Amino acid sequence: MPAFAQQTLDALRSRQDAIIDGWLANLEADVPDSRVSMRELTPQAREFWKLLLDAMRTSDAGGLQSREWSDTRNFLEDFSRDRVQRGFTSSETANLIFSLKRPLFEQLQRIYADAPAQMGHELLAVSELLDALGLHTVKAYQQTREDVIRRQQEEMLELSTPVVKLWEGVLALPMIGTLDSQRTQVVMESLLQRIVETGSEIAIIDITGVPTVDTLVAQHLLKTVTAIRLMGADAIISGVRPQIAQTIVHLGLDLQGIVTKANLADALALALKRTGQIVTKAV
Amino acid sequence: MERIPILQMGATLLVTIQVDMHDQLALQLQDDLAERIRATSARGVLIEISALDIVDSFIGRMIATIAAQARIMDAHTVVVGMQPAVAITLVELNLTLPGVRTALTVERGMRMIQQRDDASP
Repeated sequence: MPAFAQQTLDALRSRQDAIIDGWLANLEADVPDSRVSMRELTPQAREFWKLLLDAMRTSDAGGLQSREWSDTRNFLEDFSRDRVQRGFTSSETANLIFSLKRPLFEQLQRIYADAPAQMGHELLAVSELLDALGLHTVKAYQQTREDVIRRQQEEMLELSTPVVKLWEGVLALPMIGTLDSQRTQVVMESLLQRIVETGSEIAIIDITGVPTVDTLVAQHLLKTVTAIRLMGADAIISGVRPQIAQTIVHLGLDLQGIVTKANLADALALALKRTGQIVTKAV
Repeated sequence: MERIPILQMGATLLVTIQVDMHDQLALQLQDDLAERIRATSARGVLIEISALDIVDSFIGRMIATIAAQARIMDAHTVVVGMQPAVAITLVELNLTLPGVRTALTVERGMRMIQQRDDASP
């Protein structure tokens, strides 16, 4: 970050009202939106301008990451986070910074009207600063969005792997959603853990909610079933839909003697038979 | 030297692994078990590994080897009480122990050995 001439700083400070007015006018023109009002934007803009001026005065060539800019950075990060939650796009968010360019440039042109070389230098400095700030805003915006996505992924992982006890000695795992390595790992661990806790002899893995089965998914299923067998329990895969059966055959996948059933009811009937239990009608 | 004890219960040999398996111990167990099967003409071997929570490829292979060796000597082997973490590790190592029977608890393992004993002469 290049340092600013003292003359620039003083001039900007003395003309700040004109700059802020121009900036607000730009903002109003660019954001004709009901999600945010000018009454809300005006104090935000004023606060940012104050932070910006303070930082510009103390800043050396240390750049945006230095301690002097931390207040400005924090303000922008808070601002981005707020805009994400209200559903603004990244360009609408970064516009806060970029709409400041024109009024600032106009003032600088006026200040240095008779010193073109210095004007060029100062324009470049201001432009670089604003670009860096704008990029930082977009980065914070993106970071917030990614955090949201990551949190949702984790929640989905938790939500979609419940192990339920279907009968004495029979566990069921209704799988919903695509099976990737990470999910299989979580599913496998929670299922095996429950088998140990409950001493269940049979685990039914229901794949009705799994949209597609490819070689990778089949391999994950095989691993799970093998691990269950190693622990001394049996696994049944149920909910094999016609399309999935077709895919498995087309891909030439070898399920290595895993018992598969078309639906959960059949699997439960088999599990009961294997554990030597009979269900009859009351009459 | 440290050894894993092998207990006899009727025609069944009982091995409970209570310590961390290291390579030498596993090899020793393999030798001891073969010798005991010969001496007692045991019909079943029950290996209880619920206290074993770390396995490597060598120990995994030793379990398979011990089971295969016992089977050749006409003693039916059941591995009992494998921990989830151990099962996952063995699967990741691609050691699926084909031909080794497994059970969740000692009780069920004993029942499996007895059933097999009743069925075959």
